[in-house]
Amino acid sequence: MSIQVKKSLFKKLLTFVPLILLFVSVMNEFDFNYLNYKYFSFNFPFILIYYWSLKRSESLGYGYIFVAGLFNDVTIGFPLGVSGLTYLLICGFAAYLRNITLRPNLINDWMFFLFTILFVTSINYFLLISIFSIEMNYYELMGNIFFTFIFYYIFAYLFDIYLRLVFKGNKNV
Amino acid sequence: MATSRDDFVIAIRSAFLKKGNQQRFSLIALIFFSIALIALSRFNFPAINYLKISLNEIIYRASFVVSIPEQQIQNASIALNKHFKLYKDLEITKKKIKQLEYEKYNSNYLNSENKRLRKLIDEYIIKSDELVAKVLLDKNSPFLKSIIVNKGSKDDVKLGMAVLDDQYLIGKIVEVNYSTSRALLVSDLNSKIPISVEPGNLLSILSGTGKDFGKIQYTQQDFNFQESDIVYTSGSGGIFKSGIPIGKIKIDNNKNIKVKFFSNLSQITFVKLVAFEKEEIK
Repeated sequence: MSIQVKKSLFKKLLTFVPLILLFVSVMNEFDFNYLNYKYFSFNFPFILIYYWSLKRSESLGYGYIFVAGLFNDVTIGFPLGVSGLTYLLICGFAAYLRNITLRPNLINDWMFFLFTILFVTSINYFLLISIFSIEMNYYELMGNIFFTFIFYYIFAYLFDIYLRLVFKGNKNV
Repeated sequence: MATSRDDFVIAIRSAFLKKGNQQRFSLIALIFFSIALIALSRFNFPAINYLKISLNEIIYRASFVVSIPEQQIQNASIALNKHFKLYKDLEITKKKIKQLEYEKYNSNYLNSENKRLRKLIDEYIIKSDELVAKVLLDKNSPFLKSIIVNKGSKDDVKLGMAVLDDQYLIGKIVEVNYSTSRALLVSDLNSKIPISVEPGNLLSILSGTGKDFGKIQYTQQDFNFQESDIVYTSGSGGIFKSGIPIGKIKIDNNKNIKVKFFSNLSQITFVKLVAFEKEEIK
């Protein structure tokens, strides 16, 4: 196989990295929970879905996001459809922000992310508590939202670098 | 005012109804599909249960493979911690062994005496079937504390079986698939186990807190808990046999009563699945 073909295959593979990361994170719950710090956990799929839906929506198709939600439900034992709905709502919020933004700005994205995760986690919490009678720890949930919000800034910075390197700044905003 | 409302509607419509580049489905269609799935899950629609069982079989295995790198990091961090505490642990273990040797002789005598006396009053003893299972996934998420094990209905695993780590109760089976099962840990908020606190034979319910300790619910106000009282299963409700140790009482600085589990629920690799049945003494 020529070097040229190998290079183009590698480049193609790099474009799938966000999707691979999404499936790995929903099946693995990539949240450093095992460190056992009180209230420390964060929701990596929220960050990933929001960022890529905002900056380059074709990297994560809605269909794949829905399937990732099903996988997440199975992995953590939630009723089917709950995580899918949550993830798709995040996509909707990100798409709305993309439509109304003329000049993208990380701080604006970050603040809107906070609003988004507060809204979708409330929906999630309502569904689990009211419809499925599953008890949840409210403080741990708040901790999860807080750290997800904080970590967004860091991951957005890293994803920005990746986006520039792999897609040469080819964003859809 | 009207223009800004129009802009809002256009942006929302475009976000939810329009199919983006290379998107096969519109967002709103998938959202409706999710809502339909949730509604069908709520009413235990048979097709959804079959879908869930099939997904469980595939995803638990895939998830186990995907978790290997993180598991390795976790194991390395635990091993490093253990290494640093080795000398201290050795000293504590030596003391414990001495104490346990003494208790073992005592308990052997009490066991045989207990069996003899039960026979005299014509009572039954409990027969148990054990299965050893490997923990495939340890979902210590902030939402649910559960583990996935590599034994399912093909190995005769049944709903409600007790899950033991060595001799200690750590949970019960809440979902059975063909070759895997999910066990809800005693630390989960949704776990409620009938217990008795000894000495004193206080009957109560042990509830999970989502952390590494449990709390005792529905007790008499005047019961005098002592530090290191032992919490056993009471056998009420017929789910588990009585006398399986779970943890010991710990009273914190604010006089809150907690149950510290005997097992470290974040470091379980193999478990025993046990079903109990009544058996007449011959």
